[in-house]
Amino acid sequence: MSPVMAPASDHAPLVVSYDPEAFEVPTGREEEWRFTPLARLGGLHEHPQASAVPKVSVSSLDGVTVSDVPLTELQGDASAAPIDRISAIAWSGAESVTLVAIAPETTVDEPVEISIDTPAGVSFAQLRIEVGAFSHVSVAIRFTGEGVFAGGIQVHAADQSKATIATVVDQDASAVNVSRLHVRLGRDAVVKSSIITLGADLVRMNASVEYTAPGGDVELLGLFFADGGQHHEHRVFVDHSQPHGRSSVIYKGALEGEGTHTVWIGDVLVRADAIGIDTYEVNRNLVLSDGARADSVPNLELETGEVVGAGHASATGRFDDEQMFYLRARGIDEDLARVLVVRGFFADILGRTGIPGLADSVMRTIDARLGVTDLVADVLGVDDEVDS
Amino acid sequence: MSTLEIVDLHASVETDTGEQPILRGVDLTISQGQTHAVMGPNGSGKSTLAYVIAGHPKYQVTQGSITLDGADVLEMSVDERARAGLFLAMQYPVEIPGVSVSNFLRTSATAVRGEAPKLRLWLKEMKEAMAALSIDPSFAERSVNEGFSGGEKKRHEILQLELLKPKIAILDETDSGLDVDALRVVSEGVNRYRESGQTGTLLITHYTRILRYIHPDFVHVFVDGRIVESGGPELATTLEDEGYEKFIAAVRASVAS
Ligand SMILES: Nc1ncnc2c1ncn2[C@@H]1O[C@H](COP(=O)(O)OP(=O)(O)OP(=O)(O)O)[C@@H](O)[C@H]1O
Ligand SMILES: [Mg+2]
Repeated sequence: MSPVMAPASDHAPLVVSYDPEAFEVPTGREEEWRFTPLARLGGLHEHPQASAVPKVSVSSLDGVTVSDVPLTELQGDASAAPIDRISAIAWSGAESVTLVAIAPETTVDEPVEISIDTPAGVSFAQLRIEVGAFSHVSVAIRFTGEGVFAGGIQVHAADQSKATIATVVDQDASAVNVSRLHVRLGRDAVVKSSIITLGADLVRMNASVEYTAPGGDVELLGLFFADGGQHHEHRVFVDHSQPHGRSSVIYKGALEGEGTHTVWIGDVLVRADAIGIDTYEVNRNLVLSDGARADSVPNLELETGEVVGAGHASATGRFDDEQMFYLRARGIDEDLARVLVVRGFFADILGRTGIPGLADSVMRTIDARLGVTDLVADVLGVDDEVDS
Repeated sequence: MSTLEIVDLHASVETDTGEQPILRGVDLTISQGQTHAVMGPNGSGKSTLAYVIAGHPKYQVTQGSITLDGADVLEMSVDERARAGLFLAMQYPVEIPGVSVSNFLRTSATAVRGEAPKLRLWLKEMKEAMAALSIDPSFAERSVNEGFSGGEKKRHEILQLELLKPKIAILDETDSGLDVDALRVVSEGVNRYRESGQTGTLLITHYTRILRYIHPDFVHVFVDGRIVESGGPELATTLEDEGYEKFIAAVRASVAS
């Protein structure tokens, strides 16, 4: 397999290939690797052999077909090809691709639940979700386990389809997850993706968006909560190559603890042909304690001026002492006050994932990490039905 | 009967140019059932007094004591003070994005009362308290203080007063930013709660206007970080007619001598 040269741009990947050897071994000096602590990757960036197999399970629902497809069958697809060494390793090291297909003109009422459990050792998996034309589906993907994992998730939304995807990384404290979510939109397709990163020692999550026809609409939501020295890195690349597309990117992170590091890199490229597009990207971070650090780099590259809208923003703020004082002056103890402020900070993201029950389970996980368990459910009205 | 006792209170704030003393020996005793008005010019330290009682971390107490029924308030954390029965209606209430008024109120009521109020009773209680202060029910789902007008913020503070039922309520310029109608509604709220007889009230204000609605038992003139004169309601009338000039001049003279 020879490397494929992608169209030149500051932010589009220069090399894409299904072959890991098409990419140099990162040294940490490269722009795209400079934030990532390579020593904590469990060797993923070199060329490890898989020593374990992740357990991938997909809930069975009417209208959804699940099958295993050999890698070779899908390798002709250049624009979905891996963009760096680890994503290529994650491809070539996987046994096959788990294909989840939704037939055209199908509405799947319940969310498709996919769990990817990463056992101890190094493991790889590839997932492809094909949403047929005019179909509607939502998919909740959950990563668990203790392993060193690299993987790829392709979401191909055909013309006029609508897909709502949530990816939750909730692995154990020792785990590593380097994954790439690639979204491909057909004409007037609408995709919402939420990436929610809670667990693992090191997470590097790429999300890339490709438009194959005019009118595609993508909303990328991200939420990360990092503490205890975790490294959470999120990279976004939206490639507007078609007219009249839309992209809205909102990532929010909260972090605390010595050595905790979050990174957000948001690249949006609007190519010359992509007239009439509308794009906005924003990253906001809330630093809860000293010793934690958030890097945030938005990039917007416009090759045409004929856009409906194009903007970006980034802000990293410290925990607000005045908010704390106000809440505590109303009798609310420090831990619960922090929970309230963090819940408030994430409220807009969690209110928009489109996956029922997700907001609640994510917030409970974060509450517990902030030291609050039993009290919140009752007070915050979560269990109101039970109460009355 | 509850009593808040402030004795020889000195407090300062850390600034870029060093420690700046603000309170310089405040003595004040407030008992349940009483209403004390503290009046003084801008910058005299009124809000600082309120913040120090509530335990704002920005201020250091350098001398003196505050006790509530003999218990050392200065030893308590901010939230412990609130749970002990102190309440501060703030001059500038803080916005908390994403936290709804209804969650906030229920969380604080639970903390102060020591148990979560039963949902159905609580909803009724909250609805009635909001209606009494002419707060639109839609405010329950809005973020705390976010985008509230000045008057709406003050009503929201008094709503908390009525729901949290403190032993001692400190109202810092609750009258500022209110038009006459809003002032009346807010004052009625304060008076409703005062009439319950459960509270001692410290009413901090710059203007005498609010004292036409909320009648104080005692009036104190606050200048340069301490109380320089105390009297009955008639002292407010004197202040209304003559302003603070006389008292400021007297403090200057005593510093100069
Ligand atoms: N955090 C701070 N840093 C520096 N100076 C402060 C700080 N807080 C208060 N001060 C100063 O202390 C003095 C008293 O302020 P305070 O807000 O208590 O006055 P006030 O009597 O409430 O005034 P107003 O009538 O304007 O509300 C002022 O000179 C103020 O500038
Ligand atoms: Mg003041």
